[in-house]
Amino acid sequence: MRMDTDQLINTLAADNAHRSRPVSFVLTLALLAAAPISILMFVTEMGVRPDVMTAMHNPFFDLKFAVTLALAAAGITISLHLARPEASLRGFVWLLAIPAGLLVAGISGEMMMPQRLPMMTRLVGSNSKVCLTAVPLLSLPLLAASLIGLRHGAPARPAVAGAMAGLLSSGLAATLYASNCTDDSPLFVATWYTLATAVVTAIGALAGSRVLRF
Amino acid sequence: MREREDEWTGLMRLAMEGDGAAYHRLFKAITPVLRAAARRGFSRAGQPVDQSEDIVQDILLAVHLKRHTWDANAPLAPWLFAIARNKLIDALRRRGRRVFVDIDDFAETLADQPPAETASPSEVAAQLQTLPARQRDVLQSIAVESASIKDTAKKFSMSEGAVRVALHRGLASLTAKLRGQ
Repeated sequence: MRMDTDQLINTLAADNAHRSRPVSFVLTLALLAAAPISILMFVTEMGVRPDVMTAMHNPFFDLKFAVTLALAAAGITISLHLARPEASLRGFVWLLAIPAGLLVAGISGEMMMPQRLPMMTRLVGSNSKVCLTAVPLLSLPLLAASLIGLRHGAPARPAVAGAMAGLLSSGLAATLYASNCTDDSPLFVATWYTLATAVVTAIGALAGSRVLRF
Repeated sequence: MREREDEWTGLMRLAMEGDGAAYHRLFKAITPVLRAAARRGFSRAGQPVDQSEDIVQDILLAVHLKRHTWDANAPLAPWLFAIARNKLIDALRRRGRRVFVDIDDFAETLADQPPAETASPSEVAAQLQTLPARQRDVLQSIAVESASIKDTAKKFSMSEGAVRVALHRGLASLTAKLRGQ
């Protein structure tokens, strides 16, 4: 059997009635399906810290959520943008400056306040190992979902799109983890959350370069 | 050139609104341009030009299966050339070439040099054989025998909806197989 290009064109035209869902729809659906898995992992293995009601009055506790949610939002926006083949990062990378800027503001704010603990102690904290394990583990279901969602798109640079999927899933996972973590210093967040995010981003880039080619 | 690209954009908009004839015309219009660019890319990379038709078919499939990533308010050409460029680079890489394909290769291709299609058996045709029987039958009926969806449904005692599903799935798995090879 042969299929020349004219025949292929006829066939494609015959399939004109088919409508695909937008990438944003598929990505949302995939994330909504994966979120309960990550939440279940979090609730059964870790749970919200017991003093959460008092912690909520600490602006540095709240800042953690602002940072992680800003990261997730930036990751979602950029990866949806990159799901279009002609898209470039230009005009979109600055979104990543929002979580980074929040962190810098938090660090300078904390510097100006009288502290009970020395800087290094706040930076090292007491949960760095948990943070480095929990954030990547909690983000795995979300990362898989993001990659499934983005496969529906047509990213010209699969590794970069995969890295953005890593950022968005670690942002969401870190949001969960932040409610367990008792280290609220922005120095701790800037060090360990960033390191954990970097790990997930690297995994996302690696996986993306394989599965996001279209 | 501007006019030509505006026409493509208009045709794709019509197609998305359900106009199958406009969709067909769009493919007819873009194919010679893609073919010329694919040949140029192949000859520049020192690859046999007669294999470039496979890339043309690969690009057309991707255009069809990924058209939901096109923003209907934007011109079609940048989106189309980005897909074409991606497929061409991928194909040349698979053949062990690292080449830079300039997007202008596509934009500058003139419509007055439409090369004819080469007659080598295509990768698409080869992969067609590996599809599940139902998808292969439907694709064969529509592509090779030029049967309509209605006639195909009658022939295989399927509903028209089932033919449409098999057709779309068949095209999607063809693309997946071309990518995986």
